[in-house]
Amino acid sequence: MNSALLQTATVAQFSRRKRITIAVPLVILAYFVYIFVSFDVAGLSERINVNNARTLVSDSYSYKTHVAQDNRDGSIAISVEGERKGEYPQGTAPDWVSLGDTTVVDLGEGHIITFGAEVSYDIPGYGVVTARPDGTGVNAVFPDGDLPDFINASKNRVMIATDAGRFTITRARAEVFKYSFGWELFFFTLDSPYYGMGPAHLAEKAFSGEAGAIWQEFWTNKMWRHGDVFWALFETLLMASLGTFGAAIVALPLAFLAARNFTPLGTLRFAARRLFDFLRGVDGLIWTIVLSRAFGPGPLTGALAILLTDTGTFGKMFSEALENVDEKQIEGVASTGAKPAQRYRFGVFPQVMPVLLSQVLYYLESNTRSATIIGAITGGGIGLLLTQAIATQKDWEEVTYYIILIILLVMAMDTLSGWLRRKLIKGDEGGH
Amino acid sequence: MADDTVSGRSDITLGDAYLAQVKTKRLMNFIMLVIFLALLVSGFHTADSRNAGGFWDGLSNIFDFPAAMFSEAIERAPMMPGYLVKYFPSLIETVNIAAAATLVGALLGLLMSLLVTRGFAPVPWLVSPLRRVLDILRAIPEIVIALVLIFMLGGGPVPAMIAIALHSIGALGKLFSEVNENASLKPVEGLSSVGANWTQRMWLGVIPQVAPNYLSYALLRFEINIRASAILGFVGAGGIGYDLRNTMSWGVGKYDEAAAIFILLFLTIVVVDQFSSLLRNRLTHGAANTQVTV
Repeated sequence: MNSALLQTATVAQFSRRKRITIAVPLVILAYFVYIFVSFDVAGLSERINVNNARTLVSDSYSYKTHVAQDNRDGSIAISVEGERKGEYPQGTAPDWVSLGDTTVVDLGEGHIITFGAEVSYDIPGYGVVTARPDGTGVNAVFPDGDLPDFINASKNRVMIATDAGRFTITRARAEVFKYSFGWELFFFTLDSPYYGMGPAHLAEKAFSGEAGAIWQEFWTNKMWRHGDVFWALFETLLMASLGTFGAAIVALPLAFLAARNFTPLGTLRFAARRLFDFLRGVDGLIWTIVLSRAFGPGPLTGALAILLTDTGTFGKMFSEALENVDEKQIEGVASTGAKPAQRYRFGVFPQVMPVLLSQVLYYLESNTRSATIIGAITGGGIGLLLTQAIATQKDWEEVTYYIILIILLVMAMDTLSGWLRRKLIKGDEGGH
Repeated sequence: MADDTVSGRSDITLGDAYLAQVKTKRLMNFIMLVIFLALLVSGFHTADSRNAGGFWDGLSNIFDFPAAMFSEAIERAPMMPGYLVKYFPSLIETVNIAAAATLVGALLGLLMSLLVTRGFAPVPWLVSPLRRVLDILRAIPEIVIALVLIFMLGGGPVPAMIAIALHSIGALGKLFSEVNENASLKPVEGLSSVGANWTQRMWLGVIPQVAPNYLSYALLRFEINIRASAILGFVGAGGIGYDLRNTMSWGVGKYDEAAAIFILLFLTIVVVDQFSSLLRNRLTHGAANTQVTV
């Protein structure tokens, strides 16, 4: 190649490069504009539900305690998150509520609510709001002047939302929500004898022979259901590992059929390869739907869905690995008079096993995520608990808890699979 | 082996020791295999017992649903082309969710990968924390983010796109940073010697080296994201998955439409897979012949 020709070629290539560096960002930009329009991103600001977002975020790290008075008989009920499972037993209350003929709720910073036939809320910097609910309405009396933004009042309903809490009164009911930081009742529910004990006290109890009982109380916690959550995580893990390893076992013999150097028969090879393409192409979603029709929801359905999809994936990968096998080792083994089975055992397997195992273990981590997703679709494992918690639209602290558990599970599987890959592959090299 | 004979031990004892060692190793491998298989069998047993329907009961009617679906589809075969046209826009939406998410994921993943590669990172103390961020992004299943976002933003393609994009940032950020680690530092040093700033060093010194590998990984991600996008539609995030759920919950009478969606989805996945593997092959093997060779 002479230098003039080389120069023109180089210049041509440079200008081509230049055009590409300008064109590619432009194309990407144009595509984003198209997406912006077709996904109606501009309309998102109208659709976004700020209230939902606020509840979600605040709920994920705090809990609310409801103090409610039945205005007809004057009875008081106190419960965490307003759930029956989180009710304080009759006659007991958190320290900011003083029970009596007139129950007084101290929300802190001077916010005092007094229950009774006449309900009053002393709002610092504003004044005292009183209400005498009866058959005609709530009969609320406000300090003079216009109602501030944080009060929403009508004849039969008054709602006051301050930073300290939220107060609602209707003809039948007066209710206060107090928001507090943390996940209350995470370890023990209110009916448990161990509720409110410090770690030191608990350890002391545990050493004096109550360890089993303490564990039992924790494990069967009705609010957080640690036992059920553990089983759900286990189911998800089961789906992932059964699917992955099952697929590997099914795919291995099929991969030999699809590998050019092991199956000279074209039709057989073609059939195996199309089978892999089909299994992969149908995809986990459709397999999940079809299988859940036959087997119903549960971990087995999820495991089989992963198994089918990954048989396709592994089959393809394994057969590619088998086609890259070094023939010399097999010839060497054959030259010692080895029978076909022995040729595979000593000529092929030692070569491909580390590669295949590494691929399988790599998928174990990604299948843990798939198992969560499949569980959410069919109903099984932690995915089911997650969708249930989201569907209630109020248990966001549980959603947060599950998300943290899922992340930890996937990361643990990632670490485990990385460790196993290093160990198995290194161990194999050492053995030969 | 050769140095062992020099050390004075006779060949016979050496051979025996070797055979014994091989024997124990084989025995260990065999025991491991048996334990593994036992675990697998008991695992399937546990899964079966915790499943709503049993395996053997289900196996006999595994073809019931596909059969019902296909018989309905064949019965109303003349309407099939109409259905394919009807659901094509949803398919486009699913593909768009995947494509936009892959693009966003690749662009932000690229930035993240440069920030977490030692040697390229402009702020060295940020490398470790950002790597943890990538790990977490990678560990969260898309469906988790999608469901939470659907609660806040309502249904539609945007929650799905954000969810898949976040996961893609994590996955691609890690893969890209692995590519970066193998990139030559010489162009970067050359550029910094003429006073190039960080952006210029990365844009001119690193990106041209790694672009083919980046593209190849991004294409692979696109294949994965199409599947994810279809699944997220099924939980309410728009696209063809959403239509599939609607036809499925309708049940008998709309199975022909479900079949049409199955076909569309299957064809899309196969075509994208083939196309992307062709392109990836060209990127990793065939790019060399366009270079000027001296």
